[in-house]
Formats: sequence, structure tokens, C-alpha cells
Amino acid sequence: MHELSLSRAILDAAVEHAQGRSVVAVDVTVGALRQVVPRSLSFYFEIVSSGTICEGATLRTHVAPARLRCACGHQWELREPSFRCPRCAGADVTVLSGEELAVDSIEVEELAEESAEEPAQEPPDGARKEERCTAAR
Amino acid sequence: MHRSKVRVATGVLDANDTIARANRADFDRAGVRVVNLMSAPGAGKTALLERVLMDGLGEVRVGVLEGDVQGSLDAERLSALHVPVTQINTDPGFGGECHLDANMVRSALGAIALDEIDLLVIENVGNLVCPAEFRVGEDRRAMISSVTEGEDKPLKYPLMFRACELVVVNKIDLLPHLDFSLERFLANLDQVNPGVEHMLVSARTGEGVDAFARWLADVA
Repeated sequence: MHELSLSRAILDAAVEHAQGRSVVAVDVTVGALRQVVPRSLSFYFEIVSSGTICEGATLRTHVAPARLRCACGHQWELREPSFRCPRCAGADVTVLSGEELAVDSIEVEELAEESAEEPAQEPPDGARKEERCTAAR
Repeated sequence: MHRSKVRVATGVLDANDTIARANRADFDRAGVRVVNLMSAPGAGKTALLERVLMDGLGEVRVGVLEGDVQGSLDAERLSALHVPVTQINTDPGFGGECHLDANMVRSALGAIALDEIDLLVIENVGNLVCPAEFRVGEDRRAMISSVTEGEDKPLKYPLMFRACELVVVNKIDLLPHLDFSLERFLANLDQVNPGVEHMLVSARTGEGVDAFARWLADVA
């Protein structure tokens, strides 16, 4: 459910940085500990971006794995929600990655002076729709 | 026309967190401490608050900010106890948000008599996922998990169980009638949030509620 609010926040960040240019793609990193479903995020982004300069933009979600380090030195990738160290059972554990939730970059269409009269290079609609969900884990 | 990449490097929740910090600064200026109370729907947030506020927190003056998707049933229950209650409904948004965010709390600030209270308890919208993501300007975060929800909930909602500093296990008066294993629940909780403080209460019988009242008074 929180994907709806998050997609709105992603849209706001993209619109702010696009400075009026048309956005064709948005790259987002989502940590595995965030309980964010990339497909839902793409779905909501498509809805909230309609009528904005991000309309039709592809949301590319990159999932950052959950990596933890225990005070004993052991490092591991979390597969299930067990935050105690599998080696020493200690609880002094640091999350190295997996809590990210960031808009990394956007891809925009530049209106260069010499090519301003060329028609926009829109990819076929079907191709783009397919692309939209493939970045999901 | 050509495409170019623009670096954004912005946390998705940065805008929310900025407003949350502004809320927190306003609360600090007014000398008000804030607890964000979260749980699934029906876990007993309002019942527990009713029980605590019935006896009061000694010298500590408490106010409640009541977050609901719709209606003011909970606010009416609490205001019967002569506690200042402010209602926020999330439904004017896109179908009604399932959580409070910093901006919603900010919009309600003017309606809260901050100079008349020492502690503000924000009763979030009942939901085990979304409220965990959105800071609202609180000092502490507590959640209620009731035994009727099942012992697997920490494993299913680790984000929420990790986001809080206190887990109140409610409805323990029902334990004799349920297959719920308290031991297994606490083991699951320890896996997800090792060492997190917990307390066992029944808002219905009042058992253990004094411990929660003390925790709230300590925050203030």
C-alpha cells in the first residue's frame, strides 16, 4: 500500500530535477528491507505520473540486497528476517545495505537548438510497457 | 533531440523527513514530547489509551492526535475522558491514505493546544506496513501487537517491528482461549528486533497497563 505514497514522492523528485524537460526514465534504488514491491511501485507511478512531464516514463527499480555485519566480524546477506548473527547469535548487528530508498537519476529529453524541430523519438508504446516491469526483482 | 541523464540522488522520503524535523522543532519549542503509536487495525490502540488516560499520568498532561481514514469514533471515545483530542482524517487524499505522514501532522499543528500538554500521543492509522515508513516528528515510536493477530507477525512485518522502540503485547487476557504461543512470539520478535523492549498488557482487564503508563510518563 505504501507504494502509492512512495510513487508520489518519486514523481515529485523527478519533476523537480527535470526542470520542465520530458522524462523518459527514472532510476530508483530500493533496499530489500523496505518491503516495497517494485511491480506495485511501477503500477502506481504510471497512475500518478499521468498528465505530468513524467507521463509514460519507465520506472527502473534496482533492488539493493540486505547485507549485515555483526560486531564479531561476520558479514552475511539476509534471506529471511532474522537479524541475529548466524555465527555468534549476537545482536550487535549493523545493516550495511538494504535500507536504501532513493531516486538515483532520471533520463530526460533535451531540446537542443539545432534539432528542436525534429519529432520526438518516442519508442513504440508496447515496447515501453514491457520494459516498465522488467526491472522488478 | 537527444536524451541525457540527470543525477538526482535524493532519498524518496527526504521531503517527508524535512517536514517531520520541522514538526519536531515546533514540538520541542513548546516543550511537548511525542509518541507515535502504531498497530494493525483492532489491536487495541484506542482501548489502551482509554485505559491509561482514565487514571491519568500523574503530573503529565496528555493530548492525543487521532489519525483515521474516516470518522471520529475513536476521538469521541477519548474526549469522553476530558483529554484534548485532535482528529485527522486521511480521506481527502487519493482514496484515503493508510498512514499519517509528516505533512498531515503539520496541517493539524494549529489545532493542537501545545501549551496545554506535555505529551502528545499520535494514534496512527491502523496498518502494519505504511506507518513504519513515515516519520511525523515523534520522539519515540511504539507499537501494539495483540495476541489474536498470531505469533508470526514480527516475521511478516519486520519493517514495523524494527521501526519501534517498544512493543506492547495486548489482549493477554485471551491467552487461555488461543493457540498463541507467547514464547514463540517473543522468539520471533527477538529475531527481527533483538533486545527490543516489550510489555504484556490487557487493556480490557488493566493488567500490565501501569507499565505502559510509566513508559509514557518517562518519555514526557
